[in-house]
Amino acid sequence: MDRGRLEESFLDLIRRASTVLPPDVEAAMRRGIEAEGDGSSAASSLELMLENARQARDGKTPICQDTGALLFFVECGPDLKQAEIEEVARGATSRATELYYLRPNAVDPVTGANSGNNLGDGAPYFHFTQRDEEGLRVRLLLKGGGSENVGSQYKLPDGRLKAGRDLAGVRKCIIDTVYNAQGKGCAPGVVGACIGGDRGSSFACSKKQFLRDLGDRNPDSALAELEDSLFHELNQLGIGPSGFGGRTTVLGVKIGKLHRLPACFFVSVSYTCWAYRKAFMSVKGGEVSYDWD
Amino acid sequence: MIGIKLPVSEEEIRKLKAGDEVSITGVMITARDAAHKYLVETDGADVRELLKDSMIYHCGPVVKKDGDKYSFVAAGPTTSIREEPYEGTVIESYSVRGVIGKGGMGQDTLKACGEHGCVYLSAVGGLATTLARSVVEVLDVHKLEEFGVPEAMWVIRVENFPAVVTMDSHGNSIHDDIERLSHEKYEELLGG
Repeated sequence: MDRGRLEESFLDLIRRASTVLPPDVEAAMRRGIEAEGDGSSAASSLELMLENARQARDGKTPICQDTGALLFFVECGPDLKQAEIEEVARGATSRATELYYLRPNAVDPVTGANSGNNLGDGAPYFHFTQRDEEGLRVRLLLKGGGSENVGSQYKLPDGRLKAGRDLAGVRKCIIDTVYNAQGKGCAPGVVGACIGGDRGSSFACSKKQFLRDLGDRNPDSALAELEDSLFHELNQLGIGPSGFGGRTTVLGVKIGKLHRLPACFFVSVSYTCWAYRKAFMSVKGGEVSYDWD
Repeated sequence: MIGIKLPVSEEEIRKLKAGDEVSITGVMITARDAAHKYLVETDGADVRELLKDSMIYHCGPVVKKDGDKYSFVAAGPTTSIREEPYEGTVIESYSVRGVIGKGGMGQDTLKACGEHGCVYLSAVGGLATTLARSVVEVLDVHKLEEFGVPEAMWVIRVENFPAVVTMDSHGNSIHDDIERLSHEKYEELLGG
């Protein structure tokens, strides 16, 4: 595929991520509406959110004005060079900003200057892996700043939470994060957590949980069980949509793990808002396909 | 639904109670992190008159430029609590009557609302496309070059902008109520 067409497909990927609410998220919100019951104010908040998503999709405008940080997870075949893919993605990012699919969101922390095109040091973020099959698989997350601010990292044991180095301790960390988030991260949110790793890899792994489908099942049965039980427990907190109260505080809980050092036991908890934006694409030969419309 | 026209008097704002649904029409200004720091550290001469008896919207919009005319493409609220260190001072110093955002604010802002006649209003977070439709005109912008698009102070005319009073001038905060209720459950879950 020539470079121009590849850039067009990246641009389309970004447009889809910013303006189309993924089907698994919409389905989870519809289950939330059922749980809240007809006529409740929590149900009508969720309905407003879905109506906004419909308008965004139809008008090709962002679901949320905070179009977030761009996180590209790229599986790259032997026929392609990572540096070239990165350049194409950066070109598409700049164009997506000109087309108002993205807000200019890259700010120099020293000078305070906004780069104006979402390009900067570490922006966008790329995670490359090599694969044997030719072509590309690209998964893009747009991670908003409000929900990013409510994430947290714990070092077990934690005296305040009386949380030890086991899954019971991990459970307390996740409950603590969601309780502290209240409505500040745009509930109902999705929790992506990681147990183990070092501080950096642990947070990266927590973000990668957002690449999973909300309806999937964790292959690790202990983690699958923890995800299920936390989903029910967190929804008893009563925080609800926008933090105005209700039974729908989270839409999903996803937990990964990394081997840890004997001395370290990190629990990293990331949170994404209900405007959970992701889009996935596969490129092979001259063909581009997206995982949903 | 209670209609609020801007500019609004202190007396009218003091009639509002937490839980009231309102529909706002008139001229207001967006201000978030860089703007709040600016408003507190300077005398904010360029926006002082505009802020008096008006409202601040915690929002970093996506803005379209056609020739020299701007319009809002996406404009939901941003998380308000980041402005907690500044908001009380801003309310007092600029005679602001309303602060619109999401997620609620803390005790200093609640106290300033009571002492100076102001309310905090919540818009639904993430409703960017829907709320941009209530912004019918961009009248002016301050500090665009210096702060960038999301952080600039946009002077906007809104029509029937929907929000809920969640902190009033009588010491009531729905955010405090929800936090208290969820805290009981939190303690129970952590203890179990």
